[in-house]
Amino acid sequence: MEQLKTIGRELAMGSQGVWGSSKEFLELVKTIGEAKSKAEEERIVLAEIESLKRRIQEPDVPRKKMKEYIMRLVYVEMLGHDASFGYIHAVKMTHDDNLLLKRSGYLAVTLFLNEDHDLIILIINTIQKDLKSDNYLVCCAALTAVCRLINEETIPAVLPQIVELLNHQKELVRKKAVMALHRFFQRSPSTVSHLFPAFQERLCDRDPSVMSAVLCALYDMILVNVKPFKHLVASLVSILKQAVEHRLPKSYDYHRTPAPFVQIKLLKILALLGTGDKAASENMFNVLGDILKRSDSTSNIGNAILYECVRTLTSIYTNPRLLQNAAEITAKFLKSDNHNLKYMGIDALGRLIKITPECAENHQLAVIDCLEDPDDTLKRKTLDLLYKMTKANNVEVIVERMVEYIRNISDNHYKTEISSRVIELAERYAPSNQWFIQTMNQVFEIAGDLVPQKVAHDLMRLIAEGAGEEDEDADSHLRSSAVQAYLQILKEPKLPSILLQVISWVLGEYGIADGSHSAEFIIGKLCDIVATRPGDDKLKGYVVSAITKICAFEKAAGQTVDLIPECVSFIEELYASHSTDLQQRIYEFHAVLKLDRDTIASILPMDASCEDIEVDKDLSFLNSFVESALANGSRPYLSDNERRGMGAMTTLASNNDAGTSSLLRFQPYEKPSIPEPAAALVTASHYSQDAIDQHDIYSKSSSNDGTRLKLEGVQKKWGRPTYTPEAQVPKNPINISDSVKVSSSAAGKEASSRNSSAPPYTERKQPSQEISAEKKKLAASLFGSKAGETKAKPAAKLQQNGTSKKAPAKPTSPPAPAPAPPPADLLDLSDSLPQIPSVDPVDQLADLISVDSSAATSTTSLVEQVLDAGKVATKGPSPQASLQKDSVSRQVGVTPSGGTNPDLFKDLFG
Amino acid sequence: MAIRFVLLVNKQGQTRLAQYYEQLTIDERRALEGEIVRKCLARTENQCSFVEHRNYKVVYRRYASLFFLIGVDSEENELAILEFIHCVVETMDRYFGNVCELDIMYHLEKAHFILEEMVMNGCIVETNKSNILGPIQLMDKSF
Repeated sequence: MEQLKTIGRELAMGSQGVWGSSKEFLELVKTIGEAKSKAEEERIVLAEIESLKRRIQEPDVPRKKMKEYIMRLVYVEMLGHDASFGYIHAVKMTHDDNLLLKRSGYLAVTLFLNEDHDLIILIINTIQKDLKSDNYLVCCAALTAVCRLINEETIPAVLPQIVELLNHQKELVRKKAVMALHRFFQRSPSTVSHLFPAFQERLCDRDPSVMSAVLCALYDMILVNVKPFKHLVASLVSILKQAVEHRLPKSYDYHRTPAPFVQIKLLKILALLGTGDKAASENMFNVLGDILKRSDSTSNIGNAILYECVRTLTSIYTNPRLLQNAAEITAKFLKSDNHNLKYMGIDALGRLIKITPECAENHQLAVIDCLEDPDDTLKRKTLDLLYKMTKANNVEVIVERMVEYIRNISDNHYKTEISSRVIELAERYAPSNQWFIQTMNQVFEIAGDLVPQKVAHDLMRLIAEGAGEEDEDADSHLRSSAVQAYLQILKEPKLPSILLQVISWVLGEYGIADGSHSAEFIIGKLCDIVATRPGDDKLKGYVVSAITKICAFEKAAGQTVDLIPECVSFIEELYASHSTDLQQRIYEFHAVLKLDRDTIASILPMDASCEDIEVDKDLSFLNSFVESALANGSRPYLSDNERRGMGAMTTLASNNDAGTSSLLRFQPYEKPSIPEPAAALVTASHYSQDAIDQHDIYSKSSSNDGTRLKLEGVQKKWGRPTYTPEAQVPKNPINISDSVKVSSSAAGKEASSRNSSAPPYTERKQPSQEISAEKKKLAASLFGSKAGETKAKPAAKLQQNGTSKKAPAKPTSPPAPAPAPPPADLLDLSDSLPQIPSVDPVDQLADLISVDSSAATSTTSLVEQVLDAGKVATKGPSPQASLQKDSVSRQVGVTPSGGTNPDLFKDLFG
Repeated sequence: MAIRFVLLVNKQGQTRLAQYYEQLTIDERRALEGEIVRKCLARTENQCSFVEHRNYKVVYRRYASLFFLIGVDSEENELAILEFIHCVVETMDRYFGNVCELDIMYHLEKAHFILEEMVMNGCIVETNKSNILGPIQLMDKSF
């Protein structure tokens, strides 16, 4: 019997082989199959490209030969090389009368071209012709191609024909026509919106396969807009009922489960239709209950349906009894030994707790097991769940877990994602500021530059603002502990820039505040920070400002500051910096140091980063100055607008003047002096700006001409066209000291001015505007409820639960290498796997690869060699099968190379 | 769109069949295939058959030396996709008879045709094996 089968198979394969492919093609496939490394594969493909380029051009290539060439092109692209030189031949092949050649042509075209490729236009005609074909298989080939190749612009060219095909006598054609329209809906919903009734008609098609195709389309349409489809609930429920009750033909069964993929699609649709709709949901309860009863929880596919049912139940209007069932199913999944089911269980639990948060309690144990599982997928899924169930009482534990997780992964994509979640949770539920700062420091340390800048500002602000006004002691304690923590962190190598920025700011602001560290010590530390990252201008900016502040504090306190040598050389260097921002800071630093003690104290007061600055918008303190100037004959001040108007007026007037005075004056006309009023305008605006600058300094300190002149010089030197007077308003030396001192009304303007003038400030500044509302929330969650003790207790309890329950849990967890496949996995026919050596070298090596992905390419060949060594051990697992395949190869004349790659012949089912 | 790609890759990381339901350049495909295969190879038998990769969830199943991988979006039922892979393999097995890696390589277009019947526009449209194979066998007979 076995022999007969082999012979029959040989014949069948032989005929296909002889007809379909030449010896040459088989040889090519075989060499690719036996290639031992990517590099070898690459060589084969490159040689193939050369030969194809030559041969495909030859005149009068037989059609069958051409089909083979095109499949070889498909190989070339599949293995990662460009085969565009042959696209046109694939397009030509779609014209062929022979169905197999035509379909192969369409296949190649859909694989090669995307819908916006220029060559598509050449195919539209063929498609139109084929859609009219009498041969329904030709029609189907064209419809399959339509689904891949027609873009928004070409839809009208084929739409009428496809609508006609919706009523074709062959169900296969109707099905594909429905899918083509589905595609059009995905591309451009409006083109098929008039066809909704036609879709609904097809939903009642006598053939179930057409009906199930309509479900695909319906799902997408309902996803966009539920309303027009609400009336379908009853029909859909009845279809689902028929499917569940096994009334569809047996051929739709999968492993004795009736039409499972149709069931799942229907459940997805019902979930959408029942969301927030009590009446619709009540129609569904019956059939959902049926599914829960009937589905076979011992097979994967049965569980897939049950899971989908849980999803539906959690999104439609709730039914307590069914939810109870859903919870039971979830519990079963979670308790399973099968990791796939655990994964589904964790996901289902995440959905359930949105409706009944208390049900999480029952599964703590299982959840913690999953969290500690070495399987990364399961662990990450569990972290997702924890994120969803975080509350004030468990935030510490959960955040700790998340931080631990990101510490151990290298994938930046997930590092970013999870660290942003940690930040979100910490901001939302932090039990204390101390904890928050610690957590943030950890996140910065681990995820560093993946963390958005805004988070750093929030942290600095938190340290600056502390718990609020009433408790200064606690605040200063918080600050000195922050300083202490940062000095500790600085001992570690390779800190990310953003953390160093925060550290610099905190050291500058509070480094010497509690008196336990000397100014020299802190300045030394700051210089060390710069030394670790010599090219980081932004960080230098932070450090300069920090040093400025410390020197100012010292001077204000009556001490003299002797800058240490490193600091001096660092500063000297900055005078010639390419960064205008740094230069400005350093000039300002010098200007500030030259001031007298009182002035400094009022410019840079200690710990005033949160205090508001009163901005005197009317500049009333200048009144006396203005009056005396007016009395001395100055022109009165004109606003910018007035001056512009005046400018036009004066030109006009001067023209007139010229007209009248030409009679009296005999010298030739001067050169047209149009730029003059403009220039006057510019200087005037400088004046007004200076006035504002003065005002700002005056508002903080008594008048000091030295500073003013100095700053003016700096600004003029580096002034950019964007230095418009309006935007310039709050630009003043106080800004060096730091951002947060500005009142919120002025800050808005400031933020906009910063956009153009000082990028590092901008980024520091803007968040403070955007998040003020969010900030309030944060503050509320941080300080609103002072129930620290009550919070801490449950958290501790959870932790205890975790640890205490874990101990008894361990034995129940399955032994890792399960010798026999679990019964739930009946469908997993990969039982050829025991033939693989128990320690699979692939897995070991793959570990290596995944650790060092950058070096992967270089190690690949080595890996392959070892792999092959591994393969020798597994060689010839099913000699029967390899014999069969060999005989086939022999029949078509390919010399088998003695099983160098026995896997090629191994039956997939083992 | 639910299914975003179907990949057949052997355990040396060589691609045996690739069908994408969204637009990616050759280089993007190459990178994606390399990264995903590396991730899947690193996993052991009793870990779950799902891997997250960038914005994809990849459901994979191993048959002898060949990995079947299906990339889906986040709304998809992973367990159902896992069974769908098995359904694809069963269908191929019925068509080729004891299907093996080399069958798919020799008859790449046939493997694609089978897949074309089963998945359209990223949706599972057909799992009825006689519906899937009927038109393909008819086409074979017409020569």
